[in-house]
Amino acid sequence: MAKSITQEFVKGLWDEIPPFRLVLGLCPVLAVTKSVENGLGMGMAVVFVLVCSNMLVSLLRNIIPSKVRIACFIVIIATFVIVVELLMQAYTYSLFLKLGIFIPLIVVNCVVLGRAEAFAYKNGVVASIADGLGICVGFTLSLTALGALREVFGSGTFLGMSVFGPSFQPFTFMVEAPGAFVCLGLMLCMMNLAGNK
Amino acid sequence: MGDYVLLVISCILVNNILLAQYLGCCPFMGTSKKMETAIGMGMAVIFVLVMAGSITWLIDAYVLKPFKLEYLRTISFILVIASLVQFVEMFLRKSIPALYKGLGIFLPLITTNCAVMGVCLININEEYTFVQSLVTSFSYAVGFGLALVLFAGVRERVLLARVPKPLEDTAIGLVVAGMLSLAFFAFKGMA
Repeated sequence: MAKSITQEFVKGLWDEIPPFRLVLGLCPVLAVTKSVENGLGMGMAVVFVLVCSNMLVSLLRNIIPSKVRIACFIVIIATFVIVVELLMQAYTYSLFLKLGIFIPLIVVNCVVLGRAEAFAYKNGVVASIADGLGICVGFTLSLTALGALREVFGSGTFLGMSVFGPSFQPFTFMVEAPGAFVCLGLMLCMMNLAGNK
Repeated sequence: MGDYVLLVISCILVNNILLAQYLGCCPFMGTSKKMETAIGMGMAVIFVLVMAGSITWLIDAYVLKPFKLEYLRTISFILVIASLVQFVEMFLRKSIPALYKGLGIFLPLITTNCAVMGVCLININEEYTFVQSLVTSFSYAVGFGLALVLFAGVRERVLLARVPKPLEDTAIGLVVAGMLSLAFFAFKGMA
C-alpha cells in the first residue's frame, strides 16, 4: 500500500466521513442524537467495536475462507458488541438505558461490516487499526455535532446545561423523528457546499 | 381481537418502524429511488421479518431463557437471521423462481437491515406472547413497506424537480423523509 498510516487515519475525518460521505449506518445516527451525551456514548461504543473487529479481521484474514467471510465477520463483530453491551450495563447504566436497543444493533451497523469487508480483509493490522480509528473518530464527531445541534435547538441545553436561559421556548421539532431527518439532510447539504467549491 | 387490531394499527402507523423508530434507514435511502425496487424490498422484508420474528422468539423462549444464556442473544439472533436469509434464498430459487426473480438482490441485503434485528429485539423486550410477536412482526414489516413505497413515489417526483446542487440526491431525500415522518407523526395524536 502506497498510502501511509496517517493518510488512512485522516481520510476517515473528511473524505470518507461515515454518515455523510458514505451514507452508511444511518439508523443509530438518527436515533441516538437527541443529545450530545447520547451521541458521544454511541460513538465511543462504535469506536471500540470497529477498532477491535478491524484488528481481528485483519489478523485472521489469511485464515478466513472467502466464501464464508461475511458470516465470520458478523460473528467477530457480534462478540465485541456483546462485550460493549455488558461493559456499559456494568459501568454506565443510565446511558445503557437511554441507548437501549441501539447497542445490540451495532451488529448490523453497515459502517462496521463495511470496513471489515472493504478494508480490514485486504490490509495489514496497523493500517486496519488506523482506518478503524479514523472512521470512528469521524463517526463520533458527526454524531456529536448532530447531537449538539439537536440538543441546543430542541431542548435549549448543551450536555444538560441551559444555553439560552429560562425564557427560551424549546423547538421540539428538532428532538423528534422528523427533525432528525431534516437536520441530517441539511448537514449533508452544508458538507456538499463546503466540499464542492 | 380488539387488542390485536390496536396492535396492528400502532405498529403500522403510530410506531412506524422507519419513520418513528428510525430502524432500517440504510435500505430506505438505498432502495427507494425506483418504485419497483421499493416494492421488491418491501415484499422481501415482510417475508423474512415474519419468519425471523417467530423463529427468534422460539429460540429465546426455549433455548436462551431455560439455559440462562440471555447475554448471547445478540450473536444468536444475528446468526439466525443470516442463516434464515440464506435458507430462504436457496428455497425460493429452487421452488418459486418467479418470486425469487422478483425479490432478487434484495434478499441478501436484508441480513444487515436493522429493522429485522430491531423488531426481533423489540418483541423480546416487550415480552410479547408468540402470537403477539407474530402479529407485530408482520405489521412492522407492512409499515416498513408502506413507508418505503410512499417515499419512492415522492422521490420519483423529486427527480423531475430542479433541486439546488448541494441538496441533490441523498440530502433532499433526507429532507423529504423528514416531511413524511412529520405526516406520520400526526398519528401519535390519535393514540
